[in-house]
Amino acid sequence: MKKLLIGNEALARGFYEGGIGLVSSYPGTPSTEITECLAEYRDIASEWAPNEKVATEVAFGASLGGKRSVCAMKHVGLNVAADPVFTMSYTGVNAGMVLCVADDPAMHSSQNEQDSRHYAIAAKLPMLEPADSGEAYAFARASFALSERFDTLVMMRMCTRIAHSQSIVEIGEREEAPARPYTKDPKKYIMMPAYAKARHPVVEARTAALTEYAEDCPFNRVEKGTDRSLGIITSGTCYQYTKEVFGDRVPVLKLGMVNPLPPKMIRDFAASVDRLVVIEELDGVIETFCRTLGLAVEGKSLFSPIGEYSQAVIARAFGLPEKEYVPALSELPGRPPMMCAGCPHRGMYYVLAKNKVTVLGDIGCYTLGAQPPLNAVDSVLCMGASVSGLHGFNRVGGSETEKKTVAVIGDSTFMHSGVTGLIDIAYNGTNSTVIILDNSITGMTGHQQNPTTGLDIHGDPAGKIDLEALCHAIGIRRVRVVDPYDLAACDAALKEELAAEEPSVIISRRPCVLLKNVKKNPPLAADADKCRGCRSCMQLGCPAISFKGKKAVIDATLCVGCGVCRQKCAFDAIG
Amino acid sequence: MVKSVMIVGVGGQGSLLASKLLGRLLTEEKYDVKVSEVHGMSQRGGSVVTYVKFGEKVYSPIVDLGEADYIVSFEKLEAARYAPYLKKGGRIIVNTQQIDPMPVITGAAQYPSDVLERLAAEGIEVDAVDALALAEKAGSAKTVNIVLMGRLARCFSIPPEKWLAAIEATVAPKFVEWNRSAFRLGYEA
Repeated sequence: MKKLLIGNEALARGFYEGGIGLVSSYPGTPSTEITECLAEYRDIASEWAPNEKVATEVAFGASLGGKRSVCAMKHVGLNVAADPVFTMSYTGVNAGMVLCVADDPAMHSSQNEQDSRHYAIAAKLPMLEPADSGEAYAFARASFALSERFDTLVMMRMCTRIAHSQSIVEIGEREEAPARPYTKDPKKYIMMPAYAKARHPVVEARTAALTEYAEDCPFNRVEKGTDRSLGIITSGTCYQYTKEVFGDRVPVLKLGMVNPLPPKMIRDFAASVDRLVVIEELDGVIETFCRTLGLAVEGKSLFSPIGEYSQAVIARAFGLPEKEYVPALSELPGRPPMMCAGCPHRGMYYVLAKNKVTVLGDIGCYTLGAQPPLNAVDSVLCMGASVSGLHGFNRVGGSETEKKTVAVIGDSTFMHSGVTGLIDIAYNGTNSTVIILDNSITGMTGHQQNPTTGLDIHGDPAGKIDLEALCHAIGIRRVRVVDPYDLAACDAALKEELAAEEPSVIISRRPCVLLKNVKKNPPLAADADKCRGCRSCMQLGCPAISFKGKKAVIDATLCVGCGVCRQKCAFDAIG
Repeated sequence: MVKSVMIVGVGGQGSLLASKLLGRLLTEEKYDVKVSEVHGMSQRGGSVVTYVKFGEKVYSPIVDLGEADYIVSFEKLEAARYAPYLKKGGRIIVNTQQIDPMPVITGAAQYPSDVLERLAAEGIEVDAVDALALAEKAGSAKTVNIVLMGRLARCFSIPPEKWLAAIEATVAPKFVEWNRSAFRLGYEA
């Protein structure tokens, strides 16, 4: 049956047909749909884990227990999961296991542009990279067998354009993979020095065997072409751009397995063409490998290590004619993403901005509090860094900074890696104030459940972590809950907790307004007769409020009646 | 011969459903099809772009500068923003709705008053339609996307019945009637 699937959905289908027994992941754009689509198959175990390290270890446990498993994450999630990944290289697997990692060149939805291939090289693991949904499906289906044959974790590299592009896939039927019985094998699975020393040579031998395999595997192929004055080595989405520009004219070595690379195949290809060029987004990984083979090769001298490529980028690099187009009109205002009308984060951010508090921020929708007009965030680094960063900031700043600095972190991000930072605050003792923006969902990635929501990946009842009890148990005595729609309460809580001579947690609690079960209030309206045009309501940065002439106007189609602007209005003009 | 459609708009306007509909229709017409979208940060009221490409064999999933045969814009300013992606001789179908972006709301920038005129002055064929009014007439403001698909259907040789069948297969059953009328209003307006 032919279906139009995004790359992530095609991966999910391939894993399903390939006999997956368990998937555990933490959401992250552009990888989230791999797990969401797998969760639709109710005959396998699907879970959201608190973070990528946990997810990887859960999948490891499932593999050890005899079932084929997958974990999926975005590129920066792999940094979190790196610890088990590097040592899993030594233990290998029992049943097949695949780690999907989705890179985000051009940073559509990410904080950096790291290239995950370096991890495959550093951890000495095979890495596949599909170039469309059809390959995503086929590679996923084949990946468990590869994992079991070479006794290795297999990495599957995606990028935004493959993960979120739909192309046609011919799907098939599921093949059940019988459980592989677990047998105790301390020398394989206990990585203490004596055993790990014996495993490292196994890893090196496996890499040699995989390199041999790469020379003649179904993932790599040469497309002969007709004009041998140029030959291109490429993989993933760059293959598509290359074909778009050159069609079948230019010989192409298309790599579907990007680690380990096949030296003989590359040498033979290089020898068959006059000029060798590698086209790869981000870092010159394949190009560098070609140089170690002593080949004359071009790559990053023609192409940038920054951002995404496209057919036009490639045409330009080869001096080919570009398409004609109308130049952009001048002076078009940008349209940055923003917090939604009625977003529960807005009230707390307004209070933080008003009190001129230094805010160490974190990863999620609430990063948007950094945007004008709130401009309420000072730093955003990685998941959890707000809390631990605040401790360090206050450790060197003392009471001077403790009285005017906070961390803000979402409920899901707090579960992911904020809780360890809070333990550090309790343990090493700064009078830090942490604000948990609890909107009862993982918002930015599109509403996934997390350990604080009380629901599992299917929306069924699950264990629910009690944030207040958790903070108390860690040793934080001052834990209070405020409603971020109540500006006065937020202001009072902030002032009191900043002044307190001990660490405190403010839980700013109200569910995401986009959740289907959240009841919206009738829209508010601004009374033009009462409005004095002071623009106080405009300080909130609510997309539903604008100024027409000298008066505030509320867009009734966007307004959900949260009432925050009404509290701002000194003239009782909003009701 | 590969044809390209770019669907642009503001996060939350339903452009993903429009691309899903188009993808389904073109697949059933036996074309090779690629649809590319970006999720995540862009959904929060930001500028949203989807590419739909079809033909005998499609390689690149993305549409580059000067390549789109059609741009379907859900909003005026977005039509201007992505106009450089239009192929010479291509057509922009644009909903005349104005949605102020945050820099305009805060007063940091002005919403350009004459974008459609400026595009026409560049020699671009602009098909402007008040899709919001037609959507409301069809029964729901949320059918703006289908009104615009109706408008696009006039540029294709695929008969309207096939579009309507694809709509039935794409939207939730309880909204099918609204969407059918939205399509007809867009097609006939």
